[in-house]
Amino acid sequence: MENFELVILLLDATLRTSTPLILAALAGMFSERSGTINLALEGMMLGGAFSAAAVAFYMDDPWIGLLAAIATTIALSLLHGFACITHKGNQVVSGMAINILMSGLTALVGIALFAQGGKTPALDKAARFQPITLPGAEAVKDVPIIGPIYFELLSGHNILVYIAFLAVPAAWWVMYRTRFGLRLRAVGENPGAVDTAGIGVVAMRYRAVICSGVLVGMSGAYLSTAQGASFLQDMTAGKGYIALAAMVFGKWRPFPALAACLLFGFLDAAATRLQGVILPGIGEVPVQLVQALPYVLTVILLAGFIGRAIPPKALGRPYVKER
Amino acid sequence: MSTTVQLPRWIDVGALPLLNLLLALAVSGLVVLAIGENPVEVVEILLYGAFGYEEAWGYTLYYTTNFVFTGLAFAVAFHCGLFNIGAEGQAYVGGLGVTLAALYLDFLPFPIMLVIGMLAAMVFGAAWAYIPAYLQARRGSHVVITTIMFNFIASSLMVYLLVNVLRPDGSMTPESEQIAENLRLPFIHDMAAALGIEMASSPLNLSFVYAIVASVMVWLFIWHTRWGYAIRTVGSNAVAATYAGLEPGRYIIIAMMISGALASFMALNEVMGVQHRLLIDFTAGYGFVGIAVALMGRNHPFGIFLAALLFGMLYQGGAELSFEIPTISNDMVVVIQGLVILFTGAMEHMFRPRVTKIYTAWRLRRDAQEAA
Repeated sequence: MENFELVILLLDATLRTSTPLILAALAGMFSERSGTINLALEGMMLGGAFSAAAVAFYMDDPWIGLLAAIATTIALSLLHGFACITHKGNQVVSGMAINILMSGLTALVGIALFAQGGKTPALDKAARFQPITLPGAEAVKDVPIIGPIYFELLSGHNILVYIAFLAVPAAWWVMYRTRFGLRLRAVGENPGAVDTAGIGVVAMRYRAVICSGVLVGMSGAYLSTAQGASFLQDMTAGKGYIALAAMVFGKWRPFPALAACLLFGFLDAAATRLQGVILPGIGEVPVQLVQALPYVLTVILLAGFIGRAIPPKALGRPYVKER
Repeated sequence: MSTTVQLPRWIDVGALPLLNLLLALAVSGLVVLAIGENPVEVVEILLYGAFGYEEAWGYTLYYTTNFVFTGLAFAVAFHCGLFNIGAEGQAYVGGLGVTLAALYLDFLPFPIMLVIGMLAAMVFGAAWAYIPAYLQARRGSHVVITTIMFNFIASSLMVYLLVNVLRPDGSMTPESEQIAENLRLPFIHDMAAALGIEMASSPLNLSFVYAIVASVMVWLFIWHTRWGYAIRTVGSNAVAATYAGLEPGRYIIIAMMISGALASFMALNEVMGVQHRLLIDFTAGYGFVGIAVALMGRNHPFGIFLAALLFGMLYQGGAELSFEIPTISNDMVVVIQGLVILFTGAMEHMFRPRVTKIYTAWRLRRDAQEAA
């Protein structure tokens, strides 16, 4: 029974740690399926987290904070698009530039506004997303097995967690069952053909990066106004890159990306829990190994040792209409 | 398409990058204005902090040393058409090599140690770059993603080693033992003192000389050797290279390993020169600055040296700045760095069409006048 509870707690933590990864991985997917590499997830997440925390602090409302985060990340996505789509700049360089820029800018503006060494002031309850108790959770709380699963695991998360998990089937539907999705995938595979069909490649790609901005903004807001209670300097700590890895691991598809995010989130949750724990037969678990596992697994996958990850064909190539 | 003229070299490698740099600095000025400070005052403090007194020069050049190495590292891979985002991890692992050599081969006399330390850094840095290089060359895994992953793997690995293996018994801080005094790189001010010249003390050390030598070597290598030629050929057109009998995979691996070795030299400056022990995260983002430096310097060693000097100035001046104006922290330098990468790297083509148009119009008019 004790082990069962431990598993429930671990899975519960997994849902919380994988939420920002899911949103950001979907964001990356929208951008990359349309042919624009998005290394800027890390920086955009950071920008979103800062805007959400700062605005939620002034307005005392997490929803306005969320909107501010989304507005910030859309602006950053448009900047990325302006450099890569309009001016055909290098997409990797643009992404790195945005990451570095946001790492500095969030801290700089944070110090200028709040003078707390780059942090934003702690948000009180009203300015944060609060846990939601699902209907009937209290009632089944004491039922064995089902009770803990429903009450502990499924209920009691904030709205953004549920949005993230609903965003996966939604993204799948948009990507594979709508005209927009078909065109989006087509500009990422063969932009020339899309252009011939009379659809603007540039406009399509801009729409895709805007979708990307909306999703990554939510993941940023989640970090500072739902999971945490303020913005901290460089609080994303590589989550944007892990999300990118999860997207690659999921082979640029929504449900496999979800699975990868859950796996990476689980590893993260397990690493926290295993700190200093001595397992029988193995000895002390090197936490660093568990932390490095998402990256190692992604490299192995990319190397083609466990299935092949094939990126969209036109990924990273700016579209040139005529020479 | 309308008739256009090829831009002359001075516009292509001089005026255009300068225009982009000015734009980046102008936007940085706007950021300073937006947070309520005076940009002119900021520039004054920056310049004074970087060059205003003798000690400052030493610090500026000490930062420059790191940026030359990481900038050269990015440039060599770039000439082969590769984005090596992994200089950070390669330098970190290179630091492990230097430290291990200095701690376990401490019986060696100083002059030999200089060479051994350098070789150890090179071998470790190049080995760390070899895996992504191999995966790119032979298995087609994109080097950008794998080098990013390898930065994180290096970071975890080094934390593990520093906490569990290299940390001396009884110490709580995760850092290695001190390197023996006779194995450290001499400071420039000590070397000058030995020659009877008095200099203010600063962290500037012998590795600065290495940096200059490395710049010359890279220039010779890229433009005056067979391998350099092959690397540039593969970089500009891998298919054409194949038809010319060059096997791209081979040169991808060579370029990446040289790139990793160059990045690892940063550890000579930091570990053997200044800190004298292996610290957690001693690379402190210098690897990423290398991207900005190489892009600004147009991947030419001379340009890289100038760009590295600019960033060295920004880093040292930025430290002074955060001292003088509390609202402006070192993060201002990070912002400028981001803007420089954005404008000189990602948006490098922004002004090109317009400048080409103006230049073409001017040329055509001049030609017409000459004909008349």
